[in-house]
Amino acid sequence: MKHILSIRDLDRPFIDDLIAKAGRIASRKYRPDALKDKVLALLFFEPSTRTRMSFEAAMARLGGTSLSVGSVEACSMAKGETLADTIRVVSGYADAIVLRHPKEGAARLASEFATVPVINAGDGAGQHPSQTLLDLYTIQQSMPLDGIDVGLIGDLRYGRTAHSLAYALSMYRSRIHVISPTGLELPPALVMELRERGTEVVEHETIEEIIRCLDVLYVTRIQRERFPDTASYFDVASSYRITPELLQGVRSHMIVLHPLPRVDEIDPAVDELPYARYFVQSKNGVPVRMAMLEEVMR
Amino acid sequence: MKQDKRPSEGLLISPIRRGTVIDHITAGEALNVLKIIGITGTTTESVSVAMNVSSGKIGRKDIVKIENRELKKDEMDRISLIAPEVSINIIRDFKVYSKSGVERPEFLVGVVKCPNPGCISNAREPISSRFEVLPKGLHCMYCDWLITSDITGHLI
Repeated sequence: MKHILSIRDLDRPFIDDLIAKAGRIASRKYRPDALKDKVLALLFFEPSTRTRMSFEAAMARLGGTSLSVGSVEACSMAKGETLADTIRVVSGYADAIVLRHPKEGAARLASEFATVPVINAGDGAGQHPSQTLLDLYTIQQSMPLDGIDVGLIGDLRYGRTAHSLAYALSMYRSRIHVISPTGLELPPALVMELRERGTEVVEHETIEEIIRCLDVLYVTRIQRERFPDTASYFDVASSYRITPELLQGVRSHMIVLHPLPRVDEIDPAVDELPYARYFVQSKNGVPVRMAMLEEVMR
Repeated sequence: MKQDKRPSEGLLISPIRRGTVIDHITAGEALNVLKIIGITGTTTESVSVAMNVSSGKIGRKDIVKIENRELKKDEMDRISLIAPEVSINIIRDFKVYSKSGVERPEFLVGVVKCPNPGCISNAREPISSRFEVLPKGLHCMYCDWLITSDITGHLI
């Protein structure tokens, strides 16, 4: 039984195969009845729009059916049921479970109690492997993943997508450039681990000093609640805003990614520039998740 | 002139008929050794503890004697996290039946509490904490948190 819980559990051949498979699916080379008669349980104990809908869309395109738990308030966990019991029960209803949960390690726990494959769709500040896989897929549509310069900007301390992507890129010998406000830096333990894996991690004071040397700029949201007051949030957020002016003179093939939702990090005027790939990235969630569902349920 | 005669180790702790003697514990770590093998004030074992006893091998050491309980291999190996130089003597009929050192375990289950409040192992779930023992520290197998210092401060 194959679970997809963390990018750390995956190796490069698996990721490369999955990306290639997603590419074939995007070119409509897939069987629309591949998962006919299969049932997918979506257990989302935290808000989600893109992840949840793209898993539902992926299952529908492969001919399967999705079951959803509805709101957290309406489910048995609101009555005090443990996640372990919920997973045992839902295992009896479905052929695979997609789980989003506020606690880190929740998907790992679920895999210990499930009798069907579990896919982690985000566990607190922990892992979100399907996002990382679609990030890699989107980059790979524009350039090879090996040896590229990737800038990570924004809240790199709490941003799980940035952590997972940095870890995944370390399999491809990419160089990581980090730009973040004080207090929201990439966790030192992760930086140490990346360096131990042979990845060059370079910290920058400003985005201006590195943006013209990047192949990919990965933007993450700076959350207002991380700051003591609104004024200090706006001060920081404005200095990390991606604008058309900032992008002048960047490499012609450079792409800007964002896991979305964005708030003020990217000027809407950037949407019209050839660098903007975040909506394509979001759309890529469907073929990538189709490939994941086929992988665990075949 | 009256001499200050310190009692020998044998007078500090009497021999035991059956059980385990943990010798050469890093001075001051005896109580943490008891904690890491799950002996608390509420368990039933008869336990003798000597602290800061002089030792030819390590200067000062602690000794723990546990009557009527022979430690299992996994319990012995847990001790290596806080006192890697210990020697463990299993006693039967007042004689040393076996003597061994300790090895670092690969995993720790239900021994250490994850310091990450957001970790699922700290939630009300029917699981025990699970850590992988790495050279750089203890790695939580649920949330990836790494404990690099003060392991005894995280003992359950």
